[in-house]
Amino acid sequence: MPEQLAFTIEVFLNGLMAGVLYALVALGFVLIYKASGIFNYAQGVMALFAALTLAGIVDGQVPFSHLINAIFGTDVHHFGWNVPAFVAILLTMVVMIGLAYAVQRLVFRHLVGQEPIILFMATIGLAYFLEGVGDLMWGSDIKSIDVGLPQGLNMWIDETTFNALGYGFFIDNLDIVASIIAALLVVGLVLFAQYTKQGRAMRAVADDHQAALSVGVSLNFIWILVWSLAGFVALVAGIMWGTKSGVQFSLSLIALKALPVLMLGGFTSIPGAIVGGLIIGVGEKLFEFLIGAPFLGGATENWFAYMLALIFLVFRPQGLFGEKIIERV
Amino acid sequence: MNKKLKLSTLALGAALAAGPAMAELVFPSLSYRTGPYAANGIPFADGYADYFTLLNERDGGIGGEPIRMIECETGYNTEKGVECYESTKGEGSLVYQPLSTGITYQLIPKVEADGIPMHSMGYGRTSAKDGAVFNNIFNYPANYWDGASVAIKHLLDVNGGSLEGKKIALVYHNSAYGKEPIRTLEELSKKHGFELSLLPIDHPGQEQKSQWLQIRREKPDNVIMYGWGVMNQVAVQEAANIRYPMDQFIGIWWSGSENDVRPAGDAADGYKALTFHNVGSDFPVFDDIQKFVVDAGKAAGAGDQIGTALYNRGLYAAMLAAEAAKTAQGIHDTKALTPAQMRDGMEALEITEAKMADLGLPNFGPEFKVSCENHGGNGLVAVAQWDAAADSWNLITDYVEADEEVLAPLIEEDAAAYAAEAGITPGC
Repeated sequence: MPEQLAFTIEVFLNGLMAGVLYALVALGFVLIYKASGIFNYAQGVMALFAALTLAGIVDGQVPFSHLINAIFGTDVHHFGWNVPAFVAILLTMVVMIGLAYAVQRLVFRHLVGQEPIILFMATIGLAYFLEGVGDLMWGSDIKSIDVGLPQGLNMWIDETTFNALGYGFFIDNLDIVASIIAALLVVGLVLFAQYTKQGRAMRAVADDHQAALSVGVSLNFIWILVWSLAGFVALVAGIMWGTKSGVQFSLSLIALKALPVLMLGGFTSIPGAIVGGLIIGVGEKLFEFLIGAPFLGGATENWFAYMLALIFLVFRPQGLFGEKIIERV
Repeated sequence: MNKKLKLSTLALGAALAAGPAMAELVFPSLSYRTGPYAANGIPFADGYADYFTLLNERDGGIGGEPIRMIECETGYNTEKGVECYESTKGEGSLVYQPLSTGITYQLIPKVEADGIPMHSMGYGRTSAKDGAVFNNIFNYPANYWDGASVAIKHLLDVNGGSLEGKKIALVYHNSAYGKEPIRTLEELSKKHGFELSLLPIDHPGQEQKSQWLQIRREKPDNVIMYGWGVMNQVAVQEAANIRYPMDQFIGIWWSGSENDVRPAGDAADGYKALTFHNVGSDFPVFDDIQKFVVDAGKAAGAGDQIGTALYNRGLYAAMLAAEAAKTAQGIHDTKALTPAQMRDGMEALEITEAKMADLGLPNFGPEFKVSCENHGGNGLVAVAQWDAAADSWNLITDYVEADEEVLAPLIEEDAAAYAAEAGITPGC
């Protein structure tokens, strides 16, 4: 196989894998937007908060320790134990459900019926508040997440492709795991939405919340459920991205990677988030490899993703899988 | 009206610069304890604050004059940094250390107009080393170009004195900061015959797969990195993922903190970073910090950052400011200082090993001397290597002088361009 073709296939595969990671973040946005019409600016910070909480629980860190020490003159930082990763994930999920409940009861319940821009502004406030709380709770230092996920070169793929093609492909084990988890997540969410009572209620609210209300669906419960699911997706994204780079406050910026995915895939479609992620991932990586690095000096991925999304927007404003917006006068 | 306003502003600036000396020595700290870069900003700010606290608690300040440190949060944001400058300069601030190349660039014309010195230690505009053009800007003991030069000198050392035909890749933050070493490395590649490839990474740098796949394909002999924040951690992890030899990967000092290597665990073992000060807490000054600052409950942080690379850098920055203030007090025979007098102290600063040992910091940093023509010191930089098992950095070289033959003309050229642009007549 010609070397250049082998390189292109390797870049293509890595683009797919990167796209899955973008899609993981985009999924959280889609869930909330679909059910409540809120564009949740805080989704990236939720991923950060979930990852911080998980890392803190695993390490046995005392939450709000700096605040406690400052007020009471104590010197407590750790409980002195480590929590197994699986238990810590469950505990983190409990925290995320608690957060969903608090967000719904304290913020969005009071904003029912407000303009979308008001709801969006509320999520901006929520993002900064949550970032501050995360800082107070767990500190600003960079934390490692070790939940046993493999990382680094997949030797089997490297050897197999080397033997078959004369060039060993690099595929990161973490990316493979992320792809499997994303697939399970999507299947799980679809099954939940199709075959459970709560899932059907969630879909009913997404279709027409007033009609759903009239047949006895509790809007408050559904919105707490949706925010909890988005919290779960944020936790998964936080684990994946946190494993790559350590858990730190710039983790919240992964939301920037999800925006072109949403623009492309549509704000209301779970498959759209996945397909959009894959297109963006592959598109930006191939462009960087074939045009960006050789002719434009490199670092084209960030702007190219948005440009690609804009092109799609021009021809299909609702995104590839989004619902067509029809407004009758 | 406009003219009147300008005149009033100028008069106010002049009055601030030449105003009466304050009863306290005011050192503003433009820190960032929040935002995406907080993990790096906090230890630096803690080290900076703790050293001044130590001087107040142990010595009653500098030359008997108490120190007042004003901390202002920039969030590593240029606009906020400029706001911090504007809101604190009237307090009698003696010297600004913005801890950001972006903020430094914005403040250069302001501090020149206001007559307040600025110290950008290991960052900022490299050509500020030319004191004849940049009267109030100092960047001792080393700058970005010194770093690039010493990285190449180190690679020459480990390659038997020749880099002919070698491939060196520069992985850099795609910003003014990250682009700083390009010109120097291009000149050095001509001199030493190595092939330079440039790999920019956009902010924040969480996704670098394309760049590391390119490195895997092109197999450069060495990789030099000018990164910051999350870009560093991801780069070290990606290098480990593609099994790039860590001892052939060398970062600038802003890519050389514990934060940058710990997330990759054992895989980061052997990674190298440049530095212009020592690391660890095995220096007598830390006993005093423990006694007078931490145990007294006056530490800026939790005390758990002491001895880390960035804490030590903050402490070193404060120590250099304090030594410049002492020099200024000696020159002007006064305890209270004005910014102009502080500037004189910075320009006459000489750091010797004997002085460092006296301060409880033996072998902590290079010896250097500042002058009117040279605001950047001698460009002495060492190489540190990460030992993952011991969870520590170790200096593996002495402080090596940068290649002035290559750097001096570049600095002269850049400073002359700035002087022409800003209408400055160079002079000492």
